[in-house]
Amino acid sequence: MNIVVLVKQVPDSGAERQLTADGTIDRENATRVINEMDEYAIEEGLRLADTTGGEVTLVTMGPDEATESIRKALSMGAHKALHVLDPALHGSCALATSRVLAQALQTINPDIIICGAESTDGRVGALPAMLAERLNITALTGARKLTVEDGSATIERQLDDGYQVVQGSLPAIVSVWDTINEPRYPSFRGIMQAKSKPVTTLSLADLNVDPSTVGSAGASTEVVQHAPRPPRQAGVKIVDEGDAGDKLVEFLLAEKLV
Amino acid sequence: MSIAVSGEREELRKLVAEFARNEIAPVIGDFYERGEFPYDIIAGLGQLGVFGLPFPEEVGGSGGDYFTFCLALEEIAKVDSSVAITIEASVGLGAMPIYRFGTPEQRERWLPKLLAGEMLGGFGLTEPGGGSDAGSTQTRAVVDGDEWVINGSKAFITNSGTRITGFVTVSAVTGTKPDGRKEISTIIVPAGTPGMTVGKEYSKVGWRASDTHELAFDDCRVPLSNLLGERGRGYAQFLEMLDEGRIAISAVATGLAQGCVDESVKYSHERQAFGRPIGANQALAFQIADMEMRAHTARLGYYDAAARLLAGEPFKKQAAIAKLYSSDVAVQNARAATQVHGGYGFMNEFPVARAWRDCKIFEIGEGTNEVQRMLIARELGLPQ
Ligand SMILES: Cc1cc2nc3c(=O)[nH]c(=O)nc-3n(C[C@H](O)[C@H](O)[C@H](O)COP(=O)(O)OP(=O)(O)OC[C@H]3O[C@@H](n4cnc5c(N)ncnc54)[C@H](O)[C@@H]3O)c2cc1C
Ligand SMILES: Cc1cc2nc3c(=O)[nH]c(=O)nc-3n(C[C@H](O)[C@H](O)[C@H](O)COP(=O)(O)OP(=O)(O)OC[C@H]3O[C@@H](n4cnc5c(N)ncnc54)[C@H](O)[C@@H]3O)c2cc1C
Repeated sequence: MNIVVLVKQVPDSGAERQLTADGTIDRENATRVINEMDEYAIEEGLRLADTTGGEVTLVTMGPDEATESIRKALSMGAHKALHVLDPALHGSCALATSRVLAQALQTINPDIIICGAESTDGRVGALPAMLAERLNITALTGARKLTVEDGSATIERQLDDGYQVVQGSLPAIVSVWDTINEPRYPSFRGIMQAKSKPVTTLSLADLNVDPSTVGSAGASTEVVQHAPRPPRQAGVKIVDEGDAGDKLVEFLLAEKLV
Repeated sequence: MSIAVSGEREELRKLVAEFARNEIAPVIGDFYERGEFPYDIIAGLGQLGVFGLPFPEEVGGSGGDYFTFCLALEEIAKVDSSVAITIEASVGLGAMPIYRFGTPEQRERWLPKLLAGEMLGGFGLTEPGGGSDAGSTQTRAVVDGDEWVINGSKAFITNSGTRITGFVTVSAVTGTKPDGRKEISTIIVPAGTPGMTVGKEYSKVGWRASDTHELAFDDCRVPLSNLLGERGRGYAQFLEMLDEGRIAISAVATGLAQGCVDESVKYSHERQAFGRPIGANQALAFQIADMEMRAHTARLGYYDAAARLLAGEPFKKQAAIAKLYSSDVAVQNARAATQVHGGYGFMNEFPVARAWRDCKIFEIGEGTNEVQRMLIARELGLPQ
């Protein structure tokens, strides 16, 4: 089985993040990690490869530094990688990202594409659906469980109040939540082996994508203004003078919490 | 002499740091408090390949080197040194002598599981009657048919009583040399061998998530083929192992010292006094700067000894210096870090409290600091 996992490098959501002057995330000076949800996608891809005897190809679109994330994913056990790298991609919106990734995916012809349900930086959460549309394949989004057999994929689609069982034929794109598995750590042997695994780099020209349709130049959305989140307000302290219960209820009602 | 932390070494270092932060730090305090051995953490570090780092792939290793192994130990010890010492002992005292001196059969039997971290090994040298004077071994082994019969006892043996302990290699007197001195050999005693009694876990001041027992041998019989290395070369062999082990111990001590810096930096931002973070007081900032200076120089010490080891150059003196200096630094930094944390530093739930309890053993284990000074003096050719 030809398995593709989409991997995006993002600034660590646990660390301080900054925007640059043009409203894009400062990736250069950030602690860069694999988008958390994508680690689950990689794990799911590796498990699928183990059971079906397939290979996992990583696909990423991102700057030079994204090779760090590729290497980490390769050392977890993925077999090879495709990196779309082009200076014109800086500032790409979700639409443009999906255009480029769709072109790249067409060069691979995957049976199944696994990706995170959302990235921790953009949090658009729309790429899986956009890619399904562009590639005209099945979209199975928000999985907490995945099974693949006889040319079809079945997921448990995670909802706030339960789950749906959704099935579709391959080829398909499946986006996953962090409830689906427990990602493995790479091993030292994996790190050594990753050094000799093939990584193909493609530019926009290689993919026949017009640079003016992507990046800041072709963005369909624009960050007009941004401001840091205001610091958290001090909480309300209720001291019990015999009426704490009433005060608590009053507070909850006022905040529309009950 | 210099050595580079780059490429796969740096990737491994980061990986172990991530594991330590995510998998060890959140839970180790409770294990430590209960004096419980953290089996899952050890298994996880086994899967990372840490136990196999200084061994080639042919014998089941990860194909790294001794320096990379030390880097991993430092990262683990930044979070908890009792976990680091479990690995150090199993690799340095359990696996390494078998890799170095073992027969093909011994290697095949023990190395694969040891290097995967699925089994732990230990080395029993110290006896209730003395450790520094290693030649004074009282434990005896005599040949009876095709077996060794061992009698005696060993004290403070790391990794000797876990569920996954495979064996302990013990030093024992096996005869008298032509010059009248004791003939000392080393013999592998598999866990569960009748006649070997594992005493109950010591109540230790520190390293509470590591496993340490007294062992008693009462007509304990093992096959002659369990002799490790040459008969009568046991003493020389384990001294050679200890030289190398000191570099690893130094990496663990350096990790503890650096962990103290990291915790102190964090706390001095968070904690407020007199309307500003305590770190803004120069008196405190200087203490932390000194801690960083000491941890850094301790690191240079073990890097240098490791570089010599890898280059095949003599490193005995440098390893002794690294061990001596870094253990001193561990104690100084643990003391300073506790001070930075004020009253909370005296509370067990703070990581620096573990550092405080653990630091002292570095001046004692694997050759006391007096013994290190003896070694350095001897290397300098001082009159004996
Ligand atoms: C503050 C901010 C600034 C932005 N700046 C601009 C801008 O200036 N102009 C503009 O038009 N748009 C901008 N965007 C949109 C941003 O570029 C999108 O985040 C991006 O296009 C992809 O969307 P996403 O990561 O949110 O995808 P999601 O749909 O949330 O991602 C889902 C999954 O798709 C995969 N995936 C996503 N991206 C990639 C990738 N590059 N390579 C491989 N796999 C991937 C991953 O598996 C991921 O888990 C901005 C967004 C924010 C929040
Ligand atoms: C937690 C823990 C784990 C351990 N794990 C192991 C293990 O796995 N295997 C193992 O074999 N041992 C192990 N040990 C034992 C350790 O190596 C010894 O405790 C150490 O070598 C010192 O020996 P001793 O305790 O007998 O002290 P002694 O040798 O009795 O020394 C007492 C004091 O006298 C000093 N001294 C002795 N001789 C001289 C001299 N000539 N000049 C100056 N000062 C001198 C020493 O430096 C020390 O300060 C462990 C110990 C501990 C506490």
